[in-house]
Amino acid sequence: MLIPRLALRNLLGAGLRTWLNVVVLSFAFIAIITAQGLLEGMNEQAAQAMRDTQYGNGQYWQAEYDPYDPLTLQDAHAVLPKKLESLVNQGKATALLIIQGTIYPGGRIRPVLIKGIDPGQKILTLPSEYLIDNNGEIPALIGTRMATSTGLKVGDYVTLQWRDANGTFDAKDIRIAQVMKTTVQNIDVGQIWIPLNTLQEMAGMKNEAILVTLGKDVRFDAEIDGWVFKDLNFLLKDIRELIESKTLGSMIVYVILLFLAMLAIFDTQVLSIFRRRKEMGTMMAMGMTRGRVIRLFTMEGALHGVLAAVLAALYGIPLLTYFAKIGWTLPSNTDSYGFAIGETLFPTFSAALVLGTTILVLLVTTIVSFLPTRKIAKLKPTDALRGKMT
Amino acid sequence: MENNVLIKTEKLVKIYPMGQYELVALNEIDLKIARGEFAGLVGPSGSGKTTLLNIIGSLDIPTRGSAMVLDKKIETLTHKQAALLRNKHIGFIFQTFNLLPVYTVFENVEFPLLLLELSSGDRKERVMDALEWVGLADRANSKPNQLSGGQCQRVAIARAIVKTPEIVLADEPTANLDAKNSHHILQTMEKLNKELGTTFLFSTHDEKVIRYLRRKISLYDGKIAKDEVQKPQPVVVETTSEED
Repeated sequence: MLIPRLALRNLLGAGLRTWLNVVVLSFAFIAIITAQGLLEGMNEQAAQAMRDTQYGNGQYWQAEYDPYDPLTLQDAHAVLPKKLESLVNQGKATALLIIQGTIYPGGRIRPVLIKGIDPGQKILTLPSEYLIDNNGEIPALIGTRMATSTGLKVGDYVTLQWRDANGTFDAKDIRIAQVMKTTVQNIDVGQIWIPLNTLQEMAGMKNEAILVTLGKDVRFDAEIDGWVFKDLNFLLKDIRELIESKTLGSMIVYVILLFLAMLAIFDTQVLSIFRRRKEMGTMMAMGMTRGRVIRLFTMEGALHGVLAAVLAALYGIPLLTYFAKIGWTLPSNTDSYGFAIGETLFPTFSAALVLGTTILVLLVTTIVSFLPTRKIAKLKPTDALRGKMT
Repeated sequence: MENNVLIKTEKLVKIYPMGQYELVALNEIDLKIARGEFAGLVGPSGSGKTTLLNIIGSLDIPTRGSAMVLDKKIETLTHKQAALLRNKHIGFIFQTFNLLPVYTVFENVEFPLLLLELSSGDRKERVMDALEWVGLADRANSKPNQLSGGQCQRVAIARAIVKTPEIVLADEPTANLDAKNSHHILQTMEKLNKELGTTFLFSTHDEKVIRYLRRKISLYDGKIAKDEVQKPQPVVVETTSEED
């Protein structure tokens, strides 16, 4: 315990110089944790929104279905197998049918995906209750982005054209029953939601579906012939990859922050080693080995990190707790970033994040503190006493 | 140990390379210092006093010849062994005091004891005893920048003697002090030598110091020019306040 004790004594004795470094380093601590917390929060919020509105606790896809290839929609539909039908009937899952179509808002042609969903479903947080037909019309649900791009409003009628299972084109007018506000673009842009039964009838695909989404708490992954189970790891892969690419970008910012803080420590260490040569010589004259002097100076530098962590905890914990509570109100055009996040982003500060950042900063501080002290290994006590560097 | 001899050098040579040339700082020095001596290496600048003191203090090694200190061959010691020798048996007093600036007087004096890993109670007792010896017990919590030059050097003496070393090496201990402070310091060291039996070896060209020595070893151009036992002629000075 001698070295840490002496190091702390030296560090505290250095006064303002120490505290300036500690404050700068603590800023870096907080900035890194905040930036990472925002990304974690974004990740979590986006994944949650996707689960709530699209993926539930996983999906069964008809074997031919490929969401990235619209041409597969032609064949990727089948009558619900008994096991899945039973889940749907119990309210533990909801079926979806998707076909391609075209709408003509304001005389323009817009290709769309027509999605059929059960108006009474409770699995996804879509306002599907607006799709309950009460006057013989076809009610339709669209998202705000779709409404903006097509100029459609609640109560508007628009002609919808589609091709049924037999390849015959047909068209009908649909009424916009509701424009839903959603953070998830995948259920909004280029899509029109209508009642499942209506779509099955229109497309000549009675009792058929393209995919079945399981309820949030439903655990079911039995093998079903002709259908493939896709778990959340698979379904959320894209969004996670997107977040990871954003994480890389933010890492550059915090590497710069960390670099600046480390520069301050490195500078202090280099200056210390040059200014305090006489002190080192005196310590050696009193019987301190070079190894101990190196450890002492390295420890002094590394303790900047420890003190910064303590300081950061003192003001950072209340600050970040408050931030996590009130969140960060995002600018209105955040949609363009491509994330399914709400108007307010709530950062998530996990123990792993805080601990990981602390360990990283302490490790880097120690390395940066050690580098200049290697000069001491070559230092002759007699030169040090004269204030010379060997 | 041969007849109580603590320090013995034989044909000790120290050469410093100076580019294409070599500077012979010590040239075949043969010297013996016995326990309890109050001796000084005297000579002009560049005569090799500090070099010899550094080698005896195991801070440096000879180029040729041998230096035995407390039965240890300085030239064969590893860095660690040399540090241990200094830590346990040798105290240093420097011309510029070399106190650790961020430590208090107490902490400065305590430093060698921390390296010896003594218990807290033991350290406290020894530090206060040493400070009593040099008359600075009441300044234990002061920082070096709150002390006068004389007081700083007394702290340095306390630091050198706190571990009760066999040898204290003092390099120009009065060079930065006025006459009155110099005499106080010398009187303190003389008292320690007499009462504790600590061997003192000075390096000096200060007449005030030379008058206190019982043995004067004159160096000139790296050689011992004269080695004489003398009767100390201390100067009586007033021992009132010492504030500079």
